Amino acid sequence: MSDIGDIRMQVMWNRLISVVEEQALTLMRTAFSTSVRESGDLSAGVFNPKGEMLAQAVTGTPGHVNTMAEAVSHFMDAIPREDMFEGDTYVTNDPWLGTGHLHDITMVSPSFLNGELVAFFACTAHVVDVGGRGFGADAKSVYEEGIQIPIMKFAERGKVNLDLVRIIRANVREPNQVVGDFYSLAACNEVGHRRLVGMMKEIGLASLDTLGAFIFARTRDAMRERIAALPKGRWSNELTTDGYDAPVKLAASVTIGEDQVDVDFTGTDPMSGFGINCPIIYSKAYACYALKCVVAPDIPNNAASLAFFTVHSPVNILNAVRPAPVALRHIFGHMVPDLVFGALAEALPGRILAEGAGALWNIHMSVRPAPGAEGRRAEVLMFNSGGMGARPGLDGLSATAFPSGVHTMPIEATEHTGPIVIWRKELRPGSAGDGKYRGGLGQVIEIAPLEGHEFDFSAMFERVNHAAQGRNGGGNGAPGLVKLDDGTTMRPKGWQHVPPGRTLILELPGGGGYGDPAGRSAETRAQDEYKGYLTESRS
Amino acid sequence: MSSRQDDIRLGADIGGTFTDIALDVRGMIFSTKILTNYAAPEQAILDGIEIVAREGGITLGDIGIVIHGTTLATNALIERRGAKTAFITTEGFRDVIEMRTENRFEQYDLNIQLPKPLISREDRFVVNGRIGAEGQELQPLDEAALETIADRISAGGFGAVAIGFIHAYANPAHEKRARDILAKTVRLPISISAEVSPQMREFERFNTVCANAYVRPQMADYLTRLQMRLKDMGATCPVFMIHSGGGLISVETAAEFPVRLVESGPAGGAIFAADIARRFGIEKVVSYDMGGTTAKICLIEDFTPRTARTFEVARTYRFSKGSGMPISIPVIEMIEIGAGGGSLAWVDAMGRIQTGPESAGSEPGPACYGCDGKRPAITDADLVLGKLDPDNFAGGAIKLDTAASEAAILCDVGERLSLNVVDAAFGICEVVDENMANAARVHAVENGKNISDNLMIAFGGAAPLHAARLCEKLGIDRCLVPRGAGVGSAIGFLKAPFGYEALASRLTRLSRFDADETNALLDDLKATVESFVRAGTSGSIVREITAYMRYAGQGWEIPVPLPDEPFGDNAAAKLKRLFRENYQRFFGRAIDGLGDLEIEIVTWSVKATDERPSSARHALTQGGLSVPATVTRSVFDPATGAMQTYGIVERTTLASRDRVAGPAVIVERETSTVVTTSFDAVIQSDGSILLIRKGVSA
Repeated sequence: MSDIGDIRMQVMWNRLISVVEEQALTLMRTAFSTSVRESGDLSAGVFNPKGEMLAQAVTGTPGHVNTMAEAVSHFMDAIPREDMFEGDTYVTNDPWLGTGHLHDITMVSPSFLNGELVAFFACTAHVVDVGGRGFGADAKSVYEEGIQIPIMKFAERGKVNLDLVRIIRANVREPNQVVGDFYSLAACNEVGHRRLVGMMKEIGLASLDTLGAFIFARTRDAMRERIAALPKGRWSNELTTDGYDAPVKLAASVTIGEDQVDVDFTGTDPMSGFGINCPIIYSKAYACYALKCVVAPDIPNNAASLAFFTVHSPVNILNAVRPAPVALRHIFGHMVPDLVFGALAEALPGRILAEGAGALWNIHMSVRPAPGAEGRRAEVLMFNSGGMGARPGLDGLSATAFPSGVHTMPIEATEHTGPIVIWRKELRPGSAGDGKYRGGLGQVIEIAPLEGHEFDFSAMFERVNHAAQGRNGGGNGAPGLVKLDDGTTMRPKGWQHVPPGRTLILELPGGGGYGDPAGRSAETRAQDEYKGYLTESRS
Repeated sequence: MSSRQDDIRLGADIGGTFTDIALDVRGMIFSTKILTNYAAPEQAILDGIEIVAREGGITLGDIGIVIHGTTLATNALIERRGAKTAFITTEGFRDVIEMRTENRFEQYDLNIQLPKPLISREDRFVVNGRIGAEGQELQPLDEAALETIADRISAGGFGAVAIGFIHAYANPAHEKRARDILAKTVRLPISISAEVSPQMREFERFNTVCANAYVRPQMADYLTRLQMRLKDMGATCPVFMIHSGGGLISVETAAEFPVRLVESGPAGGAIFAADIARRFGIEKVVSYDMGGTTAKICLIEDFTPRTARTFEVARTYRFSKGSGMPISIPVIEMIEIGAGGGSLAWVDAMGRIQTGPESAGSEPGPACYGCDGKRPAITDADLVLGKLDPDNFAGGAIKLDTAASEAAILCDVGERLSLNVVDAAFGICEVVDENMANAARVHAVENGKNISDNLMIAFGGAAPLHAARLCEKLGIDRCLVPRGAGVGSAIGFLKAPFGYEALASRLTRLSRFDADETNALLDDLKATVESFVRAGTSGSIVREITAYMRYAGQGWEIPVPLPDEPFGDNAAAKLKRLFRENYQRFFGRAIDGLGDLEIEIVTWSVKATDERPSSARHALTQGGLSVPATVTRSVFDPATGAMQTYGIVERTTLASRDRVAGPAVIVERETSTVVTTSFDAVIQSDGSILLIRKGVSA
């Protein structure tokens, strides 16, 4: 039964979501790393004093959804209540307690009102460098991947731990940017805290208990209704990926129960010796994302909605344990939705999209002057996306990040960050899987060092040897390709060199098609041909 | 026979539903609303002019100036009714306007569709030739290929051409050369990105030049027709256009850069509010304009609306950020959300009431219009709560059907949530008010401001009904509801200065700051803006110089206002100090302890406006004796959560300094001002209503 009290609760719930949205916005506006400021690789949320997530910013990327939601309880385990003070901020980049690799910094701040702990604010962002071997797959253990910050205080009673700042400065390649981002993270929690306290004072709340109970009850009811509408049973799927030097099999079983959906990664290949392993917390984040997209896309993320999804796995590449190297955990994390969708496609025939490019084609370049030449050094990072799988009823989106929620960077901005020239960044004709609905197109990128320079790049590319599969009779997307303009084929993973005068060519994979290609109308095909989506029609 | 008089001015605002006309005859305002005529937009203006001229007792030849704003350019973009346009771009970048940011604007909806590019792939041509990030030529322009492209465009049935090359903001030589080559054989208007939008970030700049080309033939035709018809009717005065930045430009400039007319109507509303702020000497104002479909909120500081360098039009998915197309031009910065009188209310999966952005529009309209609208709109909720008088809406033009409102609210909201009709209507109003409050708060945060420090100025048909409650939610103590609120934008046009803003992106680190080079760049920008402003005025001109700055490595710049003087030897140190001061204002604290953290300038802006004669000044008055209400009505009171007895007062019966104690409703022809329990209303010396929180002094 509703009454006016409920309406007021609902209004406060909206306000809480607006508070965390402000928190996320502050982070984007003040961040230094391109991954945060241009691409939105971040998350922000508010938690009750028990560490349960009440609301999460819409701004952000799915990889951080569940990871950050669980991280707060780890902070509470590490820092006893009596050591928490007003003005504190806690930090970690522990891959297993935070969000899966050392590059993600998670910060948690307690929020006090009249001396009482009323909430926690948490946020996560991907920083440009954490030292070690840099952002790549070549480390043999997490110890080689960079500095590890166990859960500790970044600030106590408003005073920043300068010893920690000095240690970080000494360990990373871009100290100003990284320390700048630490300050941005702390500042965004501070903004959230100020808004929350303002709201509680205005409304006259002493705690968030009643509001939290309302949020969780409403969410639970809605989730139960959605899960009740699903068929019950167990469905499995396997996916073969490129791996580092040998293919890696991913496996999942999805069990839909009365009140729960469980994902089990049993059958997945063992851990790799390279930094492509994924801690379970990150695998779980993307499994939950896939489930949520299908089951309850419109229900806000909070502790109650996420509690309906569970994940299990023996130790393997999707449940890598310390001290496995995990820097590129996003690659298999990004493949998890396709893995889960494959199982759901059997449970919900006709409702699940085809496979897509999956993992972002991130490229990290270390640019330097050619031997004997004058010039600049720079670290340049780009996020690029292939094609999304075709949807039942709609073509796939071309060159669009999925499942990741990030943006690409403008090439005019990228060329300002370092001495490189991007000669092409354009759709890749013929890369989409055919079908009644075709997959999204991949893209072609050509990058050369500016005259008098050369660069090394860290390749983190998937679906070069294993194309995105079509669904329900749809064709496969084109696999990716990495090469130089002289025809030299490059490896999809690991650090490699581009000499002066050469151009690196990346052909990003296309998405799989959906449904029998014979079902695609001649008119739609003619449109695709005319627009040059099928074969290059140079104007 | 011309009898033009400078103190007779006419403002005309073509909106989505209504065309508003405001005539100022030596300070007296005559106004009218005519239904917008989509087939011949100028017709509604001419019809309206006849009405107000008659009321004002003037002939058309007496009018000294016509100032015009229109949503026609915006609508052409939203409805995709522009010219078939060819786009010529750098080889390798044919798909920039199609690939956008490679992001999904909604993370969990797997069935979203990205907006189609304004110019389809087959109409995008590529040519070799490349400028580098520093403006250097990396590869010469392939002129022979351009001649072939020119032939194909001539034969291709196109109506306009856009040119956008990579890094053209830093060096426009290739774009200009390409235009010259094309112009030899192609008889079409050609727009180049370096002139339309010389800002870094290729997606935004290319989309902007494409949008300009796309609407150009249509807008040029329309403007020519309007001028001819005005002349035929005896109006010999010049016509000026209001642009999205809130200034005036000549019709000729508007015809060349029509993308600058996008959102010019709402810009007029902001100017209207700014004028009232100046009249009362109020330095911090938030304007709140709520019409039939959307609500617009804008911060006005020191009598000047905030401006931005980019915005998004034609959002396709619930007004979501990222679902429209970016336009990079100087604009009055405002936040627009789908919250108007016609916005529909519904219940989501979690049993939460939601409002908008879907709107009942004027057809079928809210349920209470009795025109077949079956779904409840905000206006229905306002009616059920007693805020509107069913027999006296829009000057009695429409008799509202309360029973229809109740039925619609019960059916779509009440029954789903087991709420009675009044509680359901309250829920709808609370949600839409909260949505507007959240939008206002976020907008303030984005600009480094605290919303509760402001005085609100409310206008547009629906705003006065919601303003007091919005103020309660935002912690705002004072709100003005001006006279003529219903045609606020058109009145605002009359107050707009001749003004123009030019931008140039040049990434400059302070450590490598070159004063001479920067002075030369700024001199160029100054010459550009003054040539535009001189087209309309010979009076004195005020200039504003702004640098958009950030710490090197950040991606978002903050505006840093600079003194209008040439840079000297100590310029870098001075810029650093100003940047740190402004950064602190935005984000609480400047970043310390970062050693050699660099500061850089990304974009320069020069804005010139003519100095306006100051309007009569008024002081806010606390008022005198309370005027008792003779009539009362039962109105729902949000603070107590129950129906209360509200006094009902006619605005026309009130005189300056009259005070009406809340709770009350002040009714007038176009709208009603709700005075909640926590507010009183005081009539000001210019006829505005001041809503003032009880116990607060004016």
